[in-house]
Amino acid sequence: MGKPTGFKEYDRENLSYAPVADRITHYNEFSKLPADLSTQGARCMDCGIPFCQNGCPVNNIIPDWNDLVFHGQWREALEVLHSTNNFPEFTGRICPAPCEEACTVNLIGDAVTIKNIELAIVEKGWEEEWITPQPPEHKSGRKVAIVGSGPAGLGCAQQLARAGHDVVVYEKEDRIGGLMRYGIPNFKLEKHVIDRRIAQMRGEGVVFHISTHIGVDISASELLNEYDAVVLTGGSETPRDLPIEGRDKLSGIHFAMELLTENTKRVLGDEIADADFITAKDKHVVVIGGGDTGSDCIGTSNRHGAISVTQIEIMPAPPEKVNKLLVWPNWPMKMRTSTSQEEGCERDFSITTKRFIGENGKVTAIECARVEWTQDESGQWQMREIADSEFTLKADLVLLAMGFLHPVHAGMIEELGVNLDGRGNVAANTSDYRTSLDKVFAAGDMRRGQSLVVWAIREGRQAACAVDEYLTGSTTLPR
Amino acid sequence: MSHSMSRPSLPLSAPKKQGLYDPAHEHDACGVGFVAHIKNRKSHEIVEKGLEILLRLTHRGAAGADPREGDGAGILIQLPDAFFRAIAPELEIELPAEGEYGVGMVFLPKDEAHRKACEAIVEQAIVEEGQQLLGWRDVPCDAVRADLPESVTICEPVIRQVFIGRDGSCAGQDAFERKLYVIRRVAGNRINDLAFKDDAKFYFASMSSRTIVYKGMFLSHQVGAYYEDLRDARMTSALALVHQRFSTNTFPAWELAHPFRMVAHNGEINTVRGNINWMNARRHSMKSELLGDDLAKLWPISGEGLSDTACFDNAIELLSMGGYSLAHAAMLLIPEAWSGNKLMDEKRKAFYEYHAALMEPWDGPAAVAFTDGRQIGATLDRNGLRPARYLITNDDLVVMASEMGVLDIPEEKIVKKWRLQPGKMFLIDLEKGCIIRDDELKAELADQKPYQKILAETQVHLESLPNEVAPMAPEHDTLLNKQQAFGYSQEDLKFLITPMAVSGQEAIGSMGNDNPLAVLSNRSRHMSNYFRQLFAQVTNPPIDPIREEMVMSLTSIIGPRPNLLGLDMEEPLMRLEVHQPILSNIDLEKLRLIERYTDGKFRTTTLSMCYIAEQGATGMEKALTSLCEAAENAVNEHFNIVILSDRDMDADHIAIPTLLATSAVHQHLIRKGLRTETGLVIETGSAREVHHFAALAGYGAEAINPYIAFETLFDLQRRGQLPEHLTLEEIKTRYIKAIGKGLYKVMSKMGISTYHSYCGAQIFEAVGLSSEFVQKYFTGTATQIEGVGLAEIAEEAARLHRNAYGNKQIYKHALDAGGDYAWRIRGEEHTLTPEVVTRLQHAVRTNSRQLYDEYAAAINDQTGRLMTLRGLFKFKDSTPIHVDEVEPATEIVKRFATGAMSFGSISHEAHSTLAIAMNRLGGKSNTGEGGEEPERFVPMENGDSMRSAIKQVASGRFGVTTEYLANADQIQIKMAQGAKPGEGGQLPGHKVDQRIGRVRHSTPGVGLISPPPHHDIYSIEDLAQLIFDLKNTNTDADISVKLVSEIGVGTVAAGVVKAHADHVVIAGHDGGTGASPLTSIKHAGSPWELGLAETQQTLVLNRLRGRTRLQADGQMRTGRDVVIAGLLGADEVAFGTIALIAEGCIMMRKCHLNTCPVGVATQDPELRKKFVGTPEDVVNFFMFVAEEAREIMARLGFRSFDELIGRTEMLDTNDAIRHWKSQGLDLSPMFHQPKANGSAIKHCETQDHGLDVLIDNSLIAQAQPALQDKTAVVIKTDICNVDRSFGTMLSGKVARKYGHAGLPEDTIVIKAKGTAGQSLGAWLAHGVTIDLAGEGNDYVGKGLSGGRIVIYPPASSSIRAEENIIVGNTVLFGAIAGECYFNGVAGERFAVRNSGATAVVEGVGDHGCEYMTGGTVVVLGETGRNFAAGMSGGIAYVLDEAGDFENRCNMAQVELEPIASEAEALEKLDHQGPDLETHGRVNIKHSLSQDDQNILRTLIERHVHYTNSSRGRNILENWDAYLPKFTRVMPVDYKRALSEMEAEMKAEAGKEHANG
Repeated sequence: MGKPTGFKEYDRENLSYAPVADRITHYNEFSKLPADLSTQGARCMDCGIPFCQNGCPVNNIIPDWNDLVFHGQWREALEVLHSTNNFPEFTGRICPAPCEEACTVNLIGDAVTIKNIELAIVEKGWEEEWITPQPPEHKSGRKVAIVGSGPAGLGCAQQLARAGHDVVVYEKEDRIGGLMRYGIPNFKLEKHVIDRRIAQMRGEGVVFHISTHIGVDISASELLNEYDAVVLTGGSETPRDLPIEGRDKLSGIHFAMELLTENTKRVLGDEIADADFITAKDKHVVVIGGGDTGSDCIGTSNRHGAISVTQIEIMPAPPEKVNKLLVWPNWPMKMRTSTSQEEGCERDFSITTKRFIGENGKVTAIECARVEWTQDESGQWQMREIADSEFTLKADLVLLAMGFLHPVHAGMIEELGVNLDGRGNVAANTSDYRTSLDKVFAAGDMRRGQSLVVWAIREGRQAACAVDEYLTGSTTLPR
Repeated sequence: MSHSMSRPSLPLSAPKKQGLYDPAHEHDACGVGFVAHIKNRKSHEIVEKGLEILLRLTHRGAAGADPREGDGAGILIQLPDAFFRAIAPELEIELPAEGEYGVGMVFLPKDEAHRKACEAIVEQAIVEEGQQLLGWRDVPCDAVRADLPESVTICEPVIRQVFIGRDGSCAGQDAFERKLYVIRRVAGNRINDLAFKDDAKFYFASMSSRTIVYKGMFLSHQVGAYYEDLRDARMTSALALVHQRFSTNTFPAWELAHPFRMVAHNGEINTVRGNINWMNARRHSMKSELLGDDLAKLWPISGEGLSDTACFDNAIELLSMGGYSLAHAAMLLIPEAWSGNKLMDEKRKAFYEYHAALMEPWDGPAAVAFTDGRQIGATLDRNGLRPARYLITNDDLVVMASEMGVLDIPEEKIVKKWRLQPGKMFLIDLEKGCIIRDDELKAELADQKPYQKILAETQVHLESLPNEVAPMAPEHDTLLNKQQAFGYSQEDLKFLITPMAVSGQEAIGSMGNDNPLAVLSNRSRHMSNYFRQLFAQVTNPPIDPIREEMVMSLTSIIGPRPNLLGLDMEEPLMRLEVHQPILSNIDLEKLRLIERYTDGKFRTTTLSMCYIAEQGATGMEKALTSLCEAAENAVNEHFNIVILSDRDMDADHIAIPTLLATSAVHQHLIRKGLRTETGLVIETGSAREVHHFAALAGYGAEAINPYIAFETLFDLQRRGQLPEHLTLEEIKTRYIKAIGKGLYKVMSKMGISTYHSYCGAQIFEAVGLSSEFVQKYFTGTATQIEGVGLAEIAEEAARLHRNAYGNKQIYKHALDAGGDYAWRIRGEEHTLTPEVVTRLQHAVRTNSRQLYDEYAAAINDQTGRLMTLRGLFKFKDSTPIHVDEVEPATEIVKRFATGAMSFGSISHEAHSTLAIAMNRLGGKSNTGEGGEEPERFVPMENGDSMRSAIKQVASGRFGVTTEYLANADQIQIKMAQGAKPGEGGQLPGHKVDQRIGRVRHSTPGVGLISPPPHHDIYSIEDLAQLIFDLKNTNTDADISVKLVSEIGVGTVAAGVVKAHADHVVIAGHDGGTGASPLTSIKHAGSPWELGLAETQQTLVLNRLRGRTRLQADGQMRTGRDVVIAGLLGADEVAFGTIALIAEGCIMMRKCHLNTCPVGVATQDPELRKKFVGTPEDVVNFFMFVAEEAREIMARLGFRSFDELIGRTEMLDTNDAIRHWKSQGLDLSPMFHQPKANGSAIKHCETQDHGLDVLIDNSLIAQAQPALQDKTAVVIKTDICNVDRSFGTMLSGKVARKYGHAGLPEDTIVIKAKGTAGQSLGAWLAHGVTIDLAGEGNDYVGKGLSGGRIVIYPPASSSIRAEENIIVGNTVLFGAIAGECYFNGVAGERFAVRNSGATAVVEGVGDHGCEYMTGGTVVVLGETGRNFAAGMSGGIAYVLDEAGDFENRCNMAQVELEPIASEAEALEKLDHQGPDLETHGRVNIKHSLSQDDQNILRTLIERHVHYTNSSRGRNILENWDAYLPKFTRVMPVDYKRALSEMEAEMKAEAGKEHANG
């Protein structure tokens, strides 16, 4: 199977990107797959233990489709891919690919380009029109409401619809997709990618209600009355704030989502008055938080035409290289540079933010200090500010990208009175996804807290399985 | 060893089945011999000579726990009329004339009442059969004189002789013999029915008017001492057949001793289960003119619980009584390998082919001596796996025995010395007063009937019938459902079926098996997964089905069998033959419609194996019953081919698992006595891999049509997933070929060579099936720990059916993932998951006990996912102690060893890292079978050592030099390997680089084959010999024997301990491997828990446990495993796979592809750089394991490991974690503790190898000047056949001191005279020469490591040396270097696996130069068949006077060339004359430009010089005439490698030149 010596013969070939100067002039995707992916598939060793499959949250059967791609059997590869992942076109674009970290070739060299192969397979599927609705043969007559149309909600909806249930998805925003729609800029995920999948799902009988905020527009109890089961997949949307001096008095300090949402709406053609629009144009931008959302802010700011972009992070810089012998096949904490960071930004680590400085009610700078991290006897990391290390950063626009705490409690969750876990997420386990309320299920970030799209898909699928079993006593859906 | 003198109290008698011990598993082998006067001159001398032979064969027998306790010995002689006539008056018996009366030798119970009852029954039977009771005689016996120990006397029977007179109504002596036979059977069966439970059983040792048997549970010298009769000078006979037994067990009963009534046998009948079944299946169809109505009284012909030889004796007796001549009967039971034998006469072939339909061969290694008192003869199995040598004197004496030298016969009286050849027979007709040679004998029999004509008229070959129309393969989706219902997974397509269709053979895998047993799996498993393939180890050899294909046959005869005793009675039946049993769809249709082409002689009916799906699992029992009834009815309605079919399987119909249906019908028909009246053919969708077919065959399928497998292949082809160039026809052919090859492997690993005898032979052990279920449907199969029954099996089928036809999304478009061969999320469970591997590696690299604990917990806690039998165990509550009170981990690790992994299968880095780590710990690493670089014997500068304490000796003997052995702490004989027991191996040429070639003493680039058997171990006494040989090479090393767990392994182990093994390894079936056929990885052998428990119990019962250290091996992973192994009886534990994981293996399972990405199992220099393991990692791992074990020991209250060994009372079953399939398991037999009665339950004594009495001690003493300062010595000595391994201990001393280089030429010269015992000059070191005037036995020059051996007849001999045999079988096995000159002919397998020795011999038997990889062999005479099979290196020069050598040479790997002419040679030679004066050794470094003629001539000159061979002289004198008759045998690969090497050297030289 595969090519046993492929990993020795062929080098890893990555995506190619349009030049920075070129790509920051637009909001479209700018990466290109290598022309020949079959040799990349041939690099797969078809391991006795495919650590990649275990590393992948949806447990993609990676060796199998690598091999099929190597042999040019794309349609079969698509089938195998879809058997574990409803939306490979999302993960193929924006997944950080823990599978590649777990890849055995990564232990001794450069991992197989699993993510690219995934993307290639699914895009070929769309191109060849192999991807069509798969409506159920029989309907169960059971109705399920799904609150939230992010990847967890969509995954759950598609699975349940295919099991024959009447599925209605409620979305508070005006477009489907949750965080993928407005949280991720178009240059990373063009939105027609979501639309065509929605179209397929409609073909399978899923009904979408947009601009319908449960707990606001419709009460949650109404859903409970009307539906046989309700799945809460509303995400984890309460952002972490930075309550330091100046935060509540000065303008120009925004949560990342405020910037990203409006920007994407405008990209998608919505009319937004300049006055209501957050722009980085001709500004010194400081992004606080070193994660993916921070990167999205950087990419967006550069496209707006910022004068400078600086990203600061309270944690120390991760090492450039890790000792794979001690980490592989787990996810390594190492220095990564995103395409957005590549497009131009200063990065600084071990920095704490002390106060926002402003003029005329507008932020102009941030006072920062350097910190030092040490481990105490119990192994806990302790942060200490380094004396006399204060400095200020020029900042006309400050973007807070420090992650999300938990779901928004106001509205639906409070109304339902569903039990929460210690971190404020909706409590449910991963075997039956049931909340403290009868017939109410929870999945995705709303249950597990902020996480990856791929985890959300997994939870959506598994919750569907649980719901199906709840409704019919048994299930034909895969977990 | 004084403590061993205090004898433990004795077990009362042979123990009953208990725990895992079952007396049914006993094996035996032995020494056999006879002496006869050709002219039938009776004398007491013959009896004495018989007893003398027994004495000289003592070393082929064995003693039990008590050295006075024999396994059995006896003698068969002609009925001594003179003696009985002389004593008759005392007995008040009036004896009729000689031949008019018979004597029954009867063993009776001691209990008076029981004895009387038995006697009454015997007397009644005599009267009923119309004969006259003349009287009884008490046989005088003297247990005291015989020095029988209490354990033997306790079951000593009362021995009486009954005298029976012939009634006038009985016409002639033959009819009288038949009546005596009937009396014996009738009385025997009736007494059996009484089921007395005496220690001494009732038994007829013999009852005949021609012969009588004196035997018992003796050592050979005890026979004459015990029976006063034998010492009486009036006791005369013209023949004496004797036998000395070596039983694996120490509960050999009196009645198990040989000879039986007609035979004595050395060997083992592998197919005995099937042979018994088929015999019983004939009950209805058998009729005999001679026996008439008496036939009905004889059943059962062989009852349950008899030994294989007893069954064989029963069969030959039946045939003989039914009118067959002795020779005819023997040919019927043990036919030669006739099919495909180009050299066999057509008439004889027809004879065998005709008889094939009458009787399936009794297959297995065998030297059988047989007699009816008028003729005496012997025959050898088709592969010549037992030795049998004979001599004839000028005064009409014939002596035949397992070896030569058993009687001192003056050389000048001997006129012929020869051997019995494979499949050949040797018969002396005493009444005619002549010897009948094999060819005469067989020609006469072959002429008795026009067999060719009969065959032409009655034989139908399925292949030759016109093609019929078979159904078309369905479209993909329909097929998918069917595949799913039959349990197909994606892996079946990927790993099993596709490779077979592409390459024509089964795929290879690696790294063993870590899936759960079928009964522990939560998933539906194929029915055949509950059956483990059995394999040969120790008591008989597996066969190499590739290199020795000539003995293999897949021919299957379908349909009714003729009346076995129908000699002349009826018109012959039609017979239908297929050349292999896998039928294509077209073949099957032919079979369905065969009635048309055979005038209705064949009538076929098809019965469905399916039933209505609505009935679900519960409907299966009824469906099975109706199926059996339908089959019975069909046979009664004269349908003589029954096809069981599951083609009806669909959404509405469930198929009964095919194996279940097949066996149920087969057993049902046997029970009804109808089975031989019909053929049983299976049309099934479920069979796809080799094991499925093997299981079906083993349970009675004569042919199998796997239609879904074909349709699957067609579907793959249609969808473009097979190579485009393959046509459908080709795909089908290759798939069938692959299955056929696979069946060969499965059969041959048990030593069975024909499908015909494999069919119905049930060579399986059930693991996880309830005994009730097995008894009903798989009658006679062993199952030890219970398990699932019909309800669960039916549920599995029903679940598969639901998956197929239900709505499950994952099965909509895809097959189940499988996950058996590679780990998959939705597949079968594995123990070694990604998490387990990761945690372990991170733990050892960071020395983190916490991570190790997480790792261990993931393996030990099997709640919810049962993996192993021990996973179901729990420890009983006990009083804990503080962990500080337990012996330290540093002590526990000394009991650890790493598994045998060869340098070659793993990289140098991986291999030496393990060695360093184990040496640091004080544990032991194992070389594996590829030798070890001598540099590693020297400690490293930092104090570490790369020397492996355990040196393995495997069947390939690669790198097994005297030096290698002398540097061992333990020498391990690998009898079998967990991943592929019963199979050989192959290291492909591309893996043999310079370095590996050097260690293995082979040529780089040339592939190396490890034969399936050790060619010097075909039976238990052979193993004893090898243990003895090895102990001699290194008297300080322990000798270990590695066995693989299977049912009966405990009994084999007992035999191994009796053969003086100091150490025994019981390996599980799941062990890792570098490369093995998938079938073997998954389906052969059983878990170590079972094998270890059985071994412990059997050794304790046998009072042998204390003498050996017991090691458990097989996927050991944690401290809990270690403690459990100890509690079940292990002194030590070995770790294979997990030790590799600790040093970086990540379970790629790509070892066989050489692409291991972490440098563990690869020789690729680039990949080897990726190796990251360190000795510290390995040390950390073992310390963790030991610490974990310590903590458990503390919990259980054990202060030391010694305290816990064998303490099974601390174990219990964890019932809380069982599931629907595992509920039925009963593990209590594993926890059974036999009553030790004070004997040891762990290792505590040392074996007595009997070395101090050896002649080598005196050799060493005399050779001191040479050993100390290389001063040359000459030693003179006499030698006889009990002087075994002559020169070996001496050579061990040489090698220990001087290494492989040894001493200078001829430093120690031993001039010996006489008949040498086995293994003359084994591992003879450089500088030692043995010059023997006399002859050798088997294994001369085994492992020769540089010495010289010369053998020639003594001056007094008058025979023509070149026409007589001078050395036995398997000479020069595994020789590395040195030279041999034999002035005479050698036996079979001359120079097998020779890697570098030079030899001249004047003729060889079959399989000469087999597997040879180097060295030079000159044969100045005839060769047997299959010369050069598997020969990948070295050169042979064969004198081919008849010009037909090519017919006898296996041309698969060699080419034949003439010897270059003298003119050419001279030109090349220039003035380079042969250096004859030095008498130095001939250093032949092969090259392509070598001067063959010069080499050949030099060797022959040397031969003449040393042996004074007249043959050699004659050739030299007529050189020009002889030279063209020589042929050079050159391996093709070797030639290529030589030319590559030469090209390289030239290039190097060129470079140097340019640089210079």
